[in-house]
Amino acid sequence: MFKYLKQLTSLVAMVAVLFTFTTETMAAKKSKTLKNTQKKGFVRCGVSQGLPGFSNADAAGNWTGVDVDVCRAVAAAVLGDANKVKFTPLSAKERFTALTSNEIDILSRNTTWTLSRDADIGLTFVGVNFYDGQGFMVRKNSGISSVNDFKDGVSACTNLGTTTELNMRDFFNSKGIKYEPVTFEKADEVVAAYDAGRCDTYTTDKSGLAAQRIKLSSPDDHIVLPETISKEPLGPVVRQGDSVWEDIVRWSLNTMIEAEEYGVNSANADSMKTSDNPAVKRLVGAEGELGAALGLDNDWSLRIIKQVGNYGESYKRNIADTGILPDRGPNELWTKGGILYVPPAR
Amino acid sequence: MNIKKILPQLLTLLVVILIFGFFSYNAQVNMENRGITFGYGFLSQESSFDVQFSLIEYDGSHSYFRAYLVGLLNTILVSVIGIIFATIIGVVVGIARLSNNYLINRTAAVYVEFFRNIPLLLQIFFWYFAALRALPLPQDTEPMFGVFFLTIKGFFVPAFVWNNLDVFIYSIIAAIISIIFVRIYAKKKQENEGIQTPVLSISIGLILILPILSFIFGGVDASVEIPVIKQLSQSGYTYEGGIKLPPELISLALALSLYTATFIAECVRAGVQGVSKGQKEAAASIGLTPNQVLKLVVMPQALRIIIPPTTNQYLNLTKNSSLAAAIAYPDLVLVFAGTALMQTGRAIEIVSITMLTYLSLSISISIFMNWYNKKIAIKEK
Repeated sequence: MFKYLKQLTSLVAMVAVLFTFTTETMAAKKSKTLKNTQKKGFVRCGVSQGLPGFSNADAAGNWTGVDVDVCRAVAAAVLGDANKVKFTPLSAKERFTALTSNEIDILSRNTTWTLSRDADIGLTFVGVNFYDGQGFMVRKNSGISSVNDFKDGVSACTNLGTTTELNMRDFFNSKGIKYEPVTFEKADEVVAAYDAGRCDTYTTDKSGLAAQRIKLSSPDDHIVLPETISKEPLGPVVRQGDSVWEDIVRWSLNTMIEAEEYGVNSANADSMKTSDNPAVKRLVGAEGELGAALGLDNDWSLRIIKQVGNYGESYKRNIADTGILPDRGPNELWTKGGILYVPPAR
Repeated sequence: MNIKKILPQLLTLLVVILIFGFFSYNAQVNMENRGITFGYGFLSQESSFDVQFSLIEYDGSHSYFRAYLVGLLNTILVSVIGIIFATIIGVVVGIARLSNNYLINRTAAVYVEFFRNIPLLLQIFFWYFAALRALPLPQDTEPMFGVFFLTIKGFFVPAFVWNNLDVFIYSIIAAIISIIFVRIYAKKKQENEGIQTPVLSISIGLILILPILSFIFGGVDASVEIPVIKQLSQSGYTYEGGIKLPPELISLALALSLYTATFIAECVRAGVQGVSKGQKEAAASIGLTPNQVLKLVVMPQALRIIIPPTTNQYLNLTKNSSLAAAIAYPDLVLVFAGTALMQTGRAIEIVSITMLTYLSLSISISIFMNWYNKKIAIKEK
């Protein structure tokens, strides 16, 4: 009897060991991208060629911006160090091909989430890190104060290969205005051409207008019209077919937003471990086993908050303090009148 | 059949097929894994984006195929303009480099060395951004001859509004056909009787007189539509009516022709210098005038040296026109391999079509130039 019991316990132990082993590594095994990233030691992240506030490199080559912070958060979660990111600047035209052809693992480049992009070309959008809309910038002395003041023959400068081109057509067609689209490959060239007077208006996402306005020779001579002609939810994108990696990126972003909601920031994260609120404790890894489900350790979210900060900190550092868009508008938490609302991390 | 001769060729062919097979299989597997479908069906879908400048009627309600044609025609347009101007500038500069006048040949040499040693993209940027900024706004511009307006928004020129345009075109076709007949007759006459006919003056006369007759008797009538300034806002103006040449087209054509002309100039110089001095002296000694020496003895021989390398330059110019995307000229790369690719996400399909298109363009130019080269080759009599 005892003989059998001993055998039985060892069998149970073996099964248990095997089971924990499989649950722990299943995520890692299933996700080729996660495995490759851990092997390489850095996250491969596709960003813009320079959009202040979103992804912009300084003279020393340090990237900053809210899009950049998403990649840094993933690096902090997966590799333990927010600086272990390799940034690849991409034009609007190159971005999706770079992702589907495995040159990058996350595309965090002010990219609008649309049905055809999500469903048709092998991509998956994981969330929204900035709610934007398309607007128009004009010269102050033109006297134009609304989009209804545009007349036949207006020339509009914009970027190539963006949803902007499509929205612009929909907008001018609905108003019955004949327009001249002038599309450039790079944002810097759009700015230069608009600045020179080649175009009467510059149209792109409003955040982009605010950021690019700084680059004009005299920013104060230009205004952004109040109307927003489209919905532009911008967010990070991953390749289709690696759902674990998709989850890691999605929840890295969600962690930042939820941390702000619960008042956890880079300064107080450690002390929050003793909080009374279980949701806060889960967020800093003091309760629950949420990391294991993603194939990560339990401190993954704590590292994101400590190294990158919560969404509010990222927004303030990159967009508000740089004077691009001091007002958060829709990008405020749902509890404060905005539309930032993420599913609970539990 | 000699097996030894054929076997290596067969093996090479097999390797090429295997390599292509491997790549297409690899692409197929990768696309399947990522849930990307392959097909050219998208070409008939509505494109839903507009293009700034188009030779055929086009807007976003047309198909992607139509957008492809718009891009292709724009590429051909800028290439043809570029080739014409590059050839004219190249021939003039090439001959100027051989001039005995120190000032003329030095100026030509400086031009060649300067323009061919600066990267083309930089020159395009220069002509577009630097020169564009120097152009006046539509409301500040001084009209040239009262009807041409060169502004930052483009070059506005008068357009012709035609009545009975077809009669006018027939008259030109008739003129060209009669010129061909005159040439054949002149050649025969020279071969049989040794008398030269002034073909050039007769040709010019024909091409002028026949269309003029069509105006007088054919009911052809053309009025001119002059661009008029139009206010868009308190500070914004543009021109309406007439034809608008976008500044992108002008800068690109200018940069391409100035750059390529340097290479053509060198081809021309090499060609003329390649004709041996004895030929010129022999021609002069039988009493030909300097003009006749150039036209009948030097040029026919020089052309045979000039044509093959110049063909290369024409091909280069056509391919270089794809830099258009940098300055918003809607060529094939910008419209089709740019916007259309982005909207559909069909990278492999669109890039393959674009590559095949450039290949066909280049091969067509090569075939034409080879035909011309054969035509002017020495014919043994």
